[in-house]
Amino acid sequence: MDIFIQQVVNGLVLGCIYALIALGYTMVYGILGIINFAHGDILMVGALTALSGILGLQYLFPSMPQWLMLVVATLIAMPACAFLSYGIERVAYRPLRNAPRLAPLITAIGISIILQTLAMMIWSRNPLIFPTLLPSSPIDIFSTGAVITGKEIVIIVLSFVVMVGLLLLVNRTKLGRAMRATAESPRIASLMGVNPNFVISATFMIGAALAAVAGVMMATNYGNAHFYMGFIPGLKAFTAAVLGGIGNLAGAMIGGILLGLIEALGAGYIGDFTNDVFGSNYQDVFAFIVLIVVLVFRPSGIMGERVADRA
Amino acid sequence: MKKKKLAIVGFVAIALLAPFIAQTFGGNYWVRILDFALLYIMLALGLNIVVGFAGLLDLGYIAFYAVGAYLMALLSSPQLTTQFAELAQLFPSGIHLGFWWVLLIAGPVAALFGVILGAPTLKLRGDYLAIVTLGFGEIIRIFLNNLDRPVNITNGPKGINAIDPVVFFGIDLSKAQELFGITLSPSLMYYYLIMALVIGVVFISFRLQHSRIGRAWVAIREDETAAKAMGINTRNVKLLAFAMGATFGGISGVVFGAFQAFVSPESFVLWESIYVLAIVVLGGMGHIPGVILGGILLVGFQEFLRELAEPVQKMLFGQVYIDAEVLRQLLFGLALVVIMLYRPSGIWPAPKREDRPVTRTGARTRSGTNPLEGGAR
Repeated sequence: MDIFIQQVVNGLVLGCIYALIALGYTMVYGILGIINFAHGDILMVGALTALSGILGLQYLFPSMPQWLMLVVATLIAMPACAFLSYGIERVAYRPLRNAPRLAPLITAIGISIILQTLAMMIWSRNPLIFPTLLPSSPIDIFSTGAVITGKEIVIIVLSFVVMVGLLLLVNRTKLGRAMRATAESPRIASLMGVNPNFVISATFMIGAALAAVAGVMMATNYGNAHFYMGFIPGLKAFTAAVLGGIGNLAGAMIGGILLGLIEALGAGYIGDFTNDVFGSNYQDVFAFIVLIVVLVFRPSGIMGERVADRA
Repeated sequence: MKKKKLAIVGFVAIALLAPFIAQTFGGNYWVRILDFALLYIMLALGLNIVVGFAGLLDLGYIAFYAVGAYLMALLSSPQLTTQFAELAQLFPSGIHLGFWWVLLIAGPVAALFGVILGAPTLKLRGDYLAIVTLGFGEIIRIFLNNLDRPVNITNGPKGINAIDPVVFFGIDLSKAQELFGITLSPSLMYYYLIMALVIGVVFISFRLQHSRIGRAWVAIREDETAAKAMGINTRNVKLLAFAMGATFGGISGVVFGAFQAFVSPESFVLWESIYVLAIVVLGGMGHIPGVILGGILLVGFQEFLRELAEPVQKMLFGQVYIDAEVLRQLLFGLALVVIMLYRPSGIWPAPKREDRPVTRTGARTRSGTNPLEGGAR
C-alpha cells in the first residue's frame, strides 16, 4: 500500500508539471488550431534562465532567503519566456497563418532546433546542477511509509494556484473574454472590437509563462537542467492535452494529472506485472500508448466536445 | 527536349564518375561521404512521398530506417544464434540470410510499421500524425536501447556488430576487388550498389507521381474533403503513402546496416529525422530532382562546415567559439524556418505550379472552425 501511495504522490507531482505545460499547448490550439512544437523548448529556456538567475542572485545577495531566490528567479524566467514566445509567434507563425498546416509545423521544428542549439551554446552541453532551494527532506505521509518532500508539496500547491488563476483569467477578465471570442471565431471577434493579433500574442505569452513555471518546477524536482529537457515533457504534455480534449483548459489540467498518474503507476508496477521482463526504463512508452489509444477510441479527449475536424 | 536529354546524360555521367574523382583527389574518406550522401538521398526520396506528395508530416522517419537496419543486423549476424541456444541448433552456422533476402523482407515489414502508425491518425488532422511519428521515433529508440534484457535481442546501447556484407554474385563488397588491373575499394563498390538502388527509387517515385495514385496524393494534400468528393478513397491512399515512404526508409536502413556492418541505437536519433526532413524541405517538397539536389547540398554543406568552420573562426577570432557540429544544427534550424517563410517550395521547386505544395494561400476559403479565416490582419 505504501508503494501505491508513493507512486500516486510521484504521479501527482509529474502530472502537475505536465498539466502546466499542456495548458500552453491547449490555449494556442484552441485559438489558432496549430500545435506549437517549440513549446517544450520554451520550458527548457525557462528552467535554464531561472538557473542563471539563481546563480546570479547567489553571487549578488548571498544572504537572501533561498525560497525567495527561487521566486525571484522564476519571476525573471516568466517574462523572459513570454517575450521569447512572442518573438517566435511573430517570426515563425504569424506570417504563415493562412498557409497550410505543414508550413507552421516545419517552422516550429526549425525554431525548436534553434532554441536547443542556442541553449547548448549559451549554457552547456551537459546537464547543469539546479540548486536545491526548497526543503527536500522526506515527510512521512500519515505514517504509511510513503514520503513526500517539501518541494513536492510546493509544486503541487503552486500548480493548483496557477491553474485556478488561469481559469479566473480566462473566465472572468476582459482579456479572457476576448480569448474565448477569438477561439470561437476570429473574424466575428474582430468585428466586435477584439484585436485578434493582440489576443494571439497574449495567448502565446501566457502559455510561455506557464511553461517557465513548469520548467523551474521540473528542474527543482530533478535537481538538474539541460538543453534537451523540454523535448520529452513537451511530447507528453501534448499527449496530456489530447487526453483531456485539446482546446479545453480544464481538460488539459485533468489530462496532465491523469497522465502523470498513469505514468508513475505504470512505471511502478510494470515490473511486477510482467515478471520484470519490462522495467521502469519503459516509463516513456506509457504516454505514447495513451496517445495512440486516445486517438483511436476518443480523439476528442475526455472533456472535448468538438470532434477533431478532418483534413 | 534535346537539351534536357543532354543534361540527364551529363548528370548520370558525373554521378558514375564521381567516386573515382573523389578517390583520386580526396581519398577513401570522400568516397564514403558520397555513399552516405546517396543513402540520405534515398531516405529523403522516401520521406518526399509522405511529406511532399501526400502533404503529411512525418517526424519520426528515421524509425523506419532503424527497422530496416536492425532487421539486417538480426537476420545476418551471429547475434541471435549466440543468444538463443534453440536457434543455434537449428542454424549451426548462424543466421546469415544475406542482404538480398533481408532487402525483400524489410520493405514489407517497414511498410507494416508505417501503416500501424498512420492508421490511428487517419481520421484526424495531419498535425496528429506529426506528433505520433515523433513519439514513435523516440519509442523505437527506447526499445532498441532496452531490449538487451531479460533476453538479449538488440544488444542494447552497445549495438550489434559483425553484420554480413553485401555479396553480389559471389563478390564480397566489403573486400577490395581487382578488376582489369584497377583496385575497387569497398566504398567504391557500395557507391554503385546504392546508386543502383537510388535510381530504382527515383524511377518508382516518378512513376508513382504521374500515376493515378500520385495524383490522388496531391489531391489529398491540397484538399482532403474535395479529394474525397472526387471519389478518392482517402483512407487507403493515405495509408499507401505511409507504407511507401516507410518501405524506402526500411530499404535504406538495410543498406546502412550492411554497409556499416554495425548498428546501434545512436544512429537513429530525432536529429536524423530532422536532417532528412531538411533535405526534402530545402530541395523542394514534391519535386524529385529538387530533393536529390537538397541531399547533395546538405551533405556537401556539412562536410564544408567540418573542414572550414574551425579554421575560419581561428583565423578571424583567434579561437573556436562554435564547433562545426553545433553550427550545423543552428544553420539547419534556421534554414527550415527561412525556407518555409521565403521560399516554401524549396531551392529547386517543381516547374509546374500544380506540382508544388500550396504553401501560402491568399483568400482560400477554409472550413468554419479554422481560425482567422484569411481575414484578420
